[in-house]
Amino acid sequence: MKSNIITVDGNEAAASVAHRLNEVIAIYPITPSSPMGEHADAWSAKHQKNLWGTVPLVIEMQSEGGAAGAVHGALQAGALTTTFTASQGLLLMIPNMYKIAGELTSTVFHVAARSIAAQALSIFGDHQDVMAVRQTGFALLASGSVQEVHDFAAIAQAATLKARVPFVHFFDGFRTSHEVAKIFQLSDEELRSLVDDELIRAHRARGLSPEHPFIRGTAQNPDVYFQARETVNPFYKATPAIVQEVMDKFAKITGRQYHLFDYVGHPEAERVVILMGSGGETAEATAKFLADQGEKVAAIRVRLYRPFPTEEFIKALPKSVKSIAVLDRTKEPGSAGEPLYLDIVNALAENGRADIKVIGGRYGLSSKEFTPAMVKATLDELKKPEPKNHFTVGITDDVSHTSLDVDTSFSIEPEETVRCMFFGLGSDGTVGANKNSIKIIGEETDNFAQGYFVYDSKKSGTVTTSHLRFGSTPIHAPYLIEANQANFLACHQFNFLEQFDMLKYAKPGGVFLLNSLYGPDEVWDKLPREVQQAIVDKKLKFYVINGYEVAEKTGMGSRVNTIMQTAFFAISGILPREAAIAEIKHAIEKTYGKRGEAVVKMNFDAVDATIENLFEVKVPAAVTSKITRRSPVPNEAPEFVRNVIGQMLVFDGNNVPVSALPVDGTFPSATTQWEKRNLALEIPVWESDLCIQCGKCIMVCPHAVIRQKIYDEKLLDGAPATFKHMPSKFKEFSQGMAYTVQVAPEDCTGCTLCVDVCPAKDKSQAGRKALNMAPQPPLRESESKNWDFFMKIPDLDRKLINPSTIKNSQLLRPLFEFSGACSGCGETPYIKLVSQLFGDRAIVANATGCSSIYGANLPTTPWSVDSKGRGPAWSNSLFEDNAEFGLGMRLTVDKQNEYARELLQNEEIAKALGTDLVNALLNADQSHEAGIEEQRDRVSEVKAKLAGSKDARAKDLISIADSLVKKSVWIIGGDGWAYDIGYGGLDHVLASGRNVNVLVLDTEVYSNTGGQASKSTPRAAVAKFAMSGKGLPKKDLGLIAMAYGYVYVARVAMGYNDQQTLRAFLEAESYDGPSLIIAYSHCIEQGIDTSLGLQQQKLAVQSGAWPVYRYDPRLAQQGKNPLIIESKEPSIPVSQYAYNETRYKMLTLTDEARAEELMREAQHDAKSRWTLYQQMAAIHYDADGNGNGHHD
Amino acid sequence: MIDLSTTYLGLKLKNPLVASASPLSKKIEQVRHMEEAGIAAVVMYSLFEEQIIHESLELDHYLTRSADAFAEALTYLPDIGPYNLLPDKYVENVEKLKKAVNIPVIGSLNGVSKGGWIRYARRIQEAGADALELNLYFIPTDPAISAQELEDTQIDLVANVKSSIKIPLAVKLSPFYTSLPHFVKRLAAAGADGLVLFNRFYQPDFDIEELNIAHTLDLSTPAELRLPLRWIALLHGHVHVDFALTSGVHSANEVIKAMMAGAKVSMMASKLLDSGIGAVSNTISELKNWMEEREYTSIQQMQGSMSQKAVAEPSAFERANYMKVLSSFRDLP
Repeated sequence: MKSNIITVDGNEAAASVAHRLNEVIAIYPITPSSPMGEHADAWSAKHQKNLWGTVPLVIEMQSEGGAAGAVHGALQAGALTTTFTASQGLLLMIPNMYKIAGELTSTVFHVAARSIAAQALSIFGDHQDVMAVRQTGFALLASGSVQEVHDFAAIAQAATLKARVPFVHFFDGFRTSHEVAKIFQLSDEELRSLVDDELIRAHRARGLSPEHPFIRGTAQNPDVYFQARETVNPFYKATPAIVQEVMDKFAKITGRQYHLFDYVGHPEAERVVILMGSGGETAEATAKFLADQGEKVAAIRVRLYRPFPTEEFIKALPKSVKSIAVLDRTKEPGSAGEPLYLDIVNALAENGRADIKVIGGRYGLSSKEFTPAMVKATLDELKKPEPKNHFTVGITDDVSHTSLDVDTSFSIEPEETVRCMFFGLGSDGTVGANKNSIKIIGEETDNFAQGYFVYDSKKSGTVTTSHLRFGSTPIHAPYLIEANQANFLACHQFNFLEQFDMLKYAKPGGVFLLNSLYGPDEVWDKLPREVQQAIVDKKLKFYVINGYEVAEKTGMGSRVNTIMQTAFFAISGILPREAAIAEIKHAIEKTYGKRGEAVVKMNFDAVDATIENLFEVKVPAAVTSKITRRSPVPNEAPEFVRNVIGQMLVFDGNNVPVSALPVDGTFPSATTQWEKRNLALEIPVWESDLCIQCGKCIMVCPHAVIRQKIYDEKLLDGAPATFKHMPSKFKEFSQGMAYTVQVAPEDCTGCTLCVDVCPAKDKSQAGRKALNMAPQPPLRESESKNWDFFMKIPDLDRKLINPSTIKNSQLLRPLFEFSGACSGCGETPYIKLVSQLFGDRAIVANATGCSSIYGANLPTTPWSVDSKGRGPAWSNSLFEDNAEFGLGMRLTVDKQNEYARELLQNEEIAKALGTDLVNALLNADQSHEAGIEEQRDRVSEVKAKLAGSKDARAKDLISIADSLVKKSVWIIGGDGWAYDIGYGGLDHVLASGRNVNVLVLDTEVYSNTGGQASKSTPRAAVAKFAMSGKGLPKKDLGLIAMAYGYVYVARVAMGYNDQQTLRAFLEAESYDGPSLIIAYSHCIEQGIDTSLGLQQQKLAVQSGAWPVYRYDPRLAQQGKNPLIIESKEPSIPVSQYAYNETRYKMLTLTDEARAEELMREAQHDAKSRWTLYQQMAAIHYDADGNGNGHHD
Repeated sequence: MIDLSTTYLGLKLKNPLVASASPLSKKIEQVRHMEEAGIAAVVMYSLFEEQIIHESLELDHYLTRSADAFAEALTYLPDIGPYNLLPDKYVENVEKLKKAVNIPVIGSLNGVSKGGWIRYARRIQEAGADALELNLYFIPTDPAISAQELEDTQIDLVANVKSSIKIPLAVKLSPFYTSLPHFVKRLAAAGADGLVLFNRFYQPDFDIEELNIAHTLDLSTPAELRLPLRWIALLHGHVHVDFALTSGVHSANEVIKAMMAGAKVSMMASKLLDSGIGAVSNTISELKNWMEEREYTSIQQMQGSMSQKAVAEPSAFERANYMKVLSSFRDLP
């Protein structure tokens, strides 16, 4: 093993160089670039030094705009400065990028290139973001593999210092940023010899200093701005040569030679494909393959895209070339062509090569697969007399007919490469184990190794697919393993077999390993027919292991990772079995050793127990099974759900044609109900003899899978035999009503929060509650029938329900259901509450983050509708602008309402409608459900009366009459949005005085991107970018909002006081002005057992870490103090609450002294906050609503 | 000059007051204060193997839970290690304590697996502890395990630990053995150099409003002295090991009684937690005064003076004592 071999992903490869070559790093987390910043932060936290012996300073900013500002400032002051970003983050940097380039400032931004949110957000890779900065004056350098990321990070840095032109170094998000590969590491010495220290000193000397002051950043006028803009031309002209010079120097140092354009293929090629990024790897390999077969084809990989080196491009092009296909991984609707295509066309035209036929095409948006077959299809297109221009490849475009036909059977994979696929469950550790295996094989053998991992869109119960390749030569295959190609295929969850077709990937004669509860003699009959057929047809060697049992016995719980990894090595023969086991154990010690002996022992035990439980199955000759694969959605689902969403659910979304998708990103609500995920091993079972009908279980359920109804007993006719019910105890409603609590068995995630909150205990058996967990499988069928019956029972009329008590409010139907949130999520109960209380008239603006992902990530979405088809109308704009986005919705509602009222008062319309109706519409009391319902009836009457009218005003009124019904605008997001990136906008919206309701789901950390600190993170808690424990207190957002005096503010914790929470939501909504609710949301990121999340919320309040209160400006108008503190004086120390959570506890394990100090300060924070609130609550208000400074 | 010195586990101690295992020994400063106040030795807080395992598995659980499952967040908490886990921290604290104070430091260990007992016993020895106290804290809940099997396991364990370390070994017991003298004798034969009587169990309480188990820890009261007092008095002279009395030692009175019963040392914790470290110097000066007033010259002089072997009325420690208490109760007005 060579000492400079490492196995890393693209992000680490970039960060490793950037951290060594910079002094200041200002970042903001954004997928898929976040790990670069996290690595840099972790290394600096460990005092890892840069090349010049000083530890780089890493700072997390409040947004990418902020990061760019800080980078700009640091550069102006003369530091070597970098940042890491992607997508919307890069867009937010654009203003500063113009400045940095305009000032000829040396820097490198490392970008994991990602899609831009358009008709929808996508976290995956393409070049839309970097193409949106090609005009800023930054140089753009593209790398296409993990090795190139590492190398180009260094080349870019060396080049920018010499050229003075700033660089964006980019690589494909996920495909390269997250691909794990074996690469040659650049040593410090190699970097040193590449980077010229004198240039660094020159960079420093250009920095601002009062010792030699100057002014930079002037305002220029028509007289000189233009000329000044032209001054930089020589620098841009020189840059390509500088980059090539650095590349040549790099080659001398490392032996790896790169060019501005790398030409690969037949030396006298006639047909050429041109592209950049990871697709270049595929194109290069395919061109070589085809050229070896005698085809006159080649690929040109563009390395330096800006400044575009026209001359070098022409030089790189053989005279033999007759036609070119340019592939852009971006989309510019309405343009004459995508940018690289236009540049190539221009370069040829300007240099006398207009004879060459050029076509342009798009590929690979949002990490869409780009395979050798697609390269071949592109090159084949050039053979045609009339090749398609502006084509697409990789999709089926049956609308504009742009797509090329692709022969999917074409493959260039070398026979000697071993390809392995693993299907795992997110929580079982499969991906982690595979990363480990790649390291073992990559670093302990001479083999090259590659790993890429695909995750689905949910946060719990996810399916992960691992694609691993091993071989004796470097692997240039940045695409997934294709059908019939996997030599080894493992299914780590038995039930996947009945959900989707994974055996299509198995290579005939390959190996199939199944984690199975059934042994080698009984498993065959348990397989679906389709699986049996594939095993027989493909003559697979079939092995089973009861990984569940081994995991259970060895204490691994649900993590079958080590077991399946051992089984893989045992069967695959990649390493001798004994050596493999030794290496696995070595890796276990390396990975888990620092977590303690018990963890190592547990994993060792699992390894040892694996071999004896691994069996080869004697495969019968014939297919015998009576089980068939399940349909992804039931037949009664709407057509779109069946045909389009259903296809996505079985991981076949790549084959959805363009025509099947909405043109503007509009999707139907209420689709999660059709996806039965069956995640829970145990579900709650209702005991009607104990239930007190309090509704608490309904309120806390994060997935809306437990519901209550009261209904006429007569409706029980035809109920399934096991359907439970009891007489209703609700005195508000008529006698003779029945009551049922029902669980959706296939939607429940088994989080147990409902059982935890249930207050009703059996007097003779204290452990038995009105809800108790029981295994799901035996209940699945009967409870599914019960659920269907339950859902058909009509909901109680909203008009009859006074929602001011928990039990009554929970009779309202949740219109946010079965989301993909984590099991036991602490955020969703609040969202669900909004949907219950106001959902049928709510418009929701949702900040990007967890709530937008579990709220709207396809295939299925949880925002739902009631029996009348009404429900929350939901949209997401961006991360940073959500408050403004929601305000805009309010403005429209208000404007349309105003216009409708104006129209109502038009003489002719009033005449047509009748004065009574008009007056009733204008003066309606909509402060309660009955009033709202009556207004809806009036609006229907308006529509009916004006229907058919030819009067333009009448038509207008019909189109906006719905705005006469009271609307509830909700602005929802996490603390990352509200405290950091969206704070400026939030502040403005609160200050606007408009009637919006802001719900902050406060997990005290950036949850969706993996736990980075926000300004909400409390003191003493550990988070990414606060690895040594946050040293400063949590920002008090509520206090800031209260300062306006006219903002309704509430801080709530459902687990402490659900009634206070309910009251706050009702009051906030009823307040005709801005409202802010800050809701304690327990989260897995906090390192807690979420089943105890509610208890933890209680402790947070009791300790004073999370005081709860309501601040109602209406009270001040009544001469009362608006602040009502609803938590009691802190009764337990903060530590008693905090040390139940790993985020706090881990600091005691890494730096006990600091942990103690910070906890002391956190205690002080709680106390001083409490004292301040007490004083505020004691101020005497006079009848004019002014606090006069006196205390009661 | 009164000689307060005593020996325990072969260690020469300046007086018979030892701090028993409690959270106070987690802080070097506190132990230093105790030393200044006159404490003769300190037993460190217990290292619980179950807690070690729990800590390790818990850390692993929260660092790996949901990792590599969602594309945007491949991890949730930063795995910043190295982690100073309980055993490391314990060893570090033993080392620090040994450097900080001159009094003997006795490690305390509560294991669950044979491997664990031995491994951690050795690590405590290597860290420099002067002796080791094994805390046989075990609640037998399995009806299939007989008293004999349970005792055999514990004897086996003590023998194993003894043979793997060189420092003296004390064993801390619960009072719940069918035949304590027999078991104690077996422990001595297995290699125990000292016996600490008795362990105070955490006893669960009930919350009758919420119908929950309530976990509370009550500090000892002087009345709790009686149980170990009786047993040390009974065992003294019959089993040749050093006895330490713990439970209910709150003042010089209890120290004196412990000595008279035959203990080599008396151990104090609750009083220190309740009243502060000042209780050490108070107790020692009270002890001195008491001895002076009554013209005792040394602690050794009184050790075992009221043991069953030494008293005029040996049956007072047996069932007859119970009869007497009952009758005296009847005599009350």
